[in-house]
Amino acid sequence: MRFPLLLAGLALLVVALFAGSLLVGPAGIAPARALAALVRGEGLAETLVMREIRLPRALLAVMIGASLGLAGAAMQGYLRNPLAEPGLIGISGSAALGAVLALHTGLAAAFALALPLAALAGAVVAVGLILALAGRTGGSITLILAGIAVSAMAGALTSLVLNLSPNPFAAAEIVFWMMGSLADRSMVHVWLALPFMAVGWALLATLGRGLDALTLGEDAAATLGVSLTRLRLMLIGGTACVVGAGTAVAGAIGFVGLVVPHILRPFVGARPSRLLAASALGGAAMLLAADIAVRLVLPERDLKLGVLTALVGAPLFLHLIYRTRREGL
Amino acid sequence: MPVLRRASDLAAFAVALFCAAAASAGPPERVVSINLCTDQLAMMLAAPGQLVSVSHVAADPRVSPLAEEAAGFHLNRGQAEDVHALQPDLVLAGPYTSRYTVDLLRRLGVEVRELPVAGRLADIPGTIAQMGAWLGRESAAEALIAEFEAGLARLTPEPGTRPRAVLHYANNYTSGAGTLADEILGLAGFVNIAAEEGISGGGTLAMERILMLAPDLVITGQRYPGASRAEAVLDHPAMQTLRARRASGVSDADWVCGTPHVLSALARLVSLHAEVR
Repeated sequence: MRFPLLLAGLALLVVALFAGSLLVGPAGIAPARALAALVRGEGLAETLVMREIRLPRALLAVMIGASLGLAGAAMQGYLRNPLAEPGLIGISGSAALGAVLALHTGLAAAFALALPLAALAGAVVAVGLILALAGRTGGSITLILAGIAVSAMAGALTSLVLNLSPNPFAAAEIVFWMMGSLADRSMVHVWLALPFMAVGWALLATLGRGLDALTLGEDAAATLGVSLTRLRLMLIGGTACVVGAGTAVAGAIGFVGLVVPHILRPFVGARPSRLLAASALGGAAMLLAADIAVRLVLPERDLKLGVLTALVGAPLFLHLIYRTRREGL
Repeated sequence: MPVLRRASDLAAFAVALFCAAAASAGPPERVVSINLCTDQLAMMLAAPGQLVSVSHVAADPRVSPLAEEAAGFHLNRGQAEDVHALQPDLVLAGPYTSRYTVDLLRRLGVEVRELPVAGRLADIPGTIAQMGAWLGRESAAEALIAEFEAGLARLTPEPGTRPRAVLHYANNYTSGAGTLADEILGLAGFVNIAAEEGISGGGTLAMERILMLAPDLVITGQRYPGASRAEAVLDHPAMQTLRARRASGVSDADWVCGTPHVLSALARLVSLHAEVR
């Protein structure tokens, strides 16, 4: 009975933070008027602020946070390695490279879906590379090294594309693509990302049973009728969909997929399937909180989300590496 | 060693002689400009053949009102090596030109003059006169100043209401109190809401604030080629809705430098003012 309680608690937290995200902003609209504007469209300026600026921002925080939490939990379950996280092992970085290529070749301007599709392609290449280089038999060190290589390559190529752009603002946006931000996004971005994310969520949600079986070992999982090949394909497809779509509209946001499953793991026992659902809600809550914080800490500066998530996540990552080493893995 | 020392002494002597010759002569004969604003003033004032090269930015119609004229000159990229190779006897720079470039050119014996930025309309005649004096074109400068002052006098603000305006550039950047853009807005009869919001100089104004302040006129920054997230705010659905319901204009090349071209920007704003009223 503890698990439904945990999910209900996390869902309540997400709802509260979602409401908070809608109410925080430089326009300074009183909560009652904000609600009237959002629901009934009262007041032209208030309605524009609520429906076109704050609502997409809050929705994207939920969607991207849930995606990152889910993808982190799924990768960690499959690789049985707590260090696997889309941002750290270069999947987000490669998705950003795909998005930047689509934007700066003019492909995204000619055909709107090119942006998420290119990011998805970048993410597929990265997940494929990581699983090929550091599959289930490679240890933590191989995974981290492969991740560093993929991240470095993707980061360098992203910077190169942005530096070659004729646009004077492009080079300054390297930091956006590497750290991520939800400032001034619109409903266009929500609709662009949502279909890909929905497919990815569906793919990742079906992994639960297979990941549970995998905790007993590969042979035991095979006797239970779990196909490892199918599991791996679903994982690659699902992760690429959610991380690709999220990165295409908000840049690469790291550490959410690491911190959230790590905090929630003790509460769900040794059940990866339960961790998937809990991490999706936890990821949404963490990104909503981070996005509220960037608006409260430096309201006029567009502080990047990745700055906050890394400040929380990097010490935890070091701690995890230390513990992994002590356990001799 | 003595031979080497003598050779270096000789070189130093030659450089000194060359500089002295350059400094003592009359008006400069090979002028190179490496700053967009000095490019424009030099093109307007220089004698035929006197100006050798202008910066490549001057040939970009998005920021330079004299882009067509600039295409007729050699275009430099403002690097010391490329400028030095043109053998100029005067290099025109702005106060924000790279210190390294200016210092290096001076060490190479090239005379570099830095024109201060005209931060107010009242500074413009002074900068024209300064440029005229450097180029030995005082009479051309006087004529340009007279033309500018007459043009400015013709564009006096119309009495009546003062509609509220905002300048919305990439990254939600705006111009507040004390800027040339703010002065142009005021002279055309508008109130700059960024200045009302307490922004002085350049600063950012969140889209939410702009929407809540509901300005009567939105002046948008121009777009550059290629994609950027910074410029995406200009096409945000909320800003598009605001612009569709209010008057809108574009801040273009005429707004960039404190030269007589600001009068074209001012003239367009004055006609917008009549429209908004």
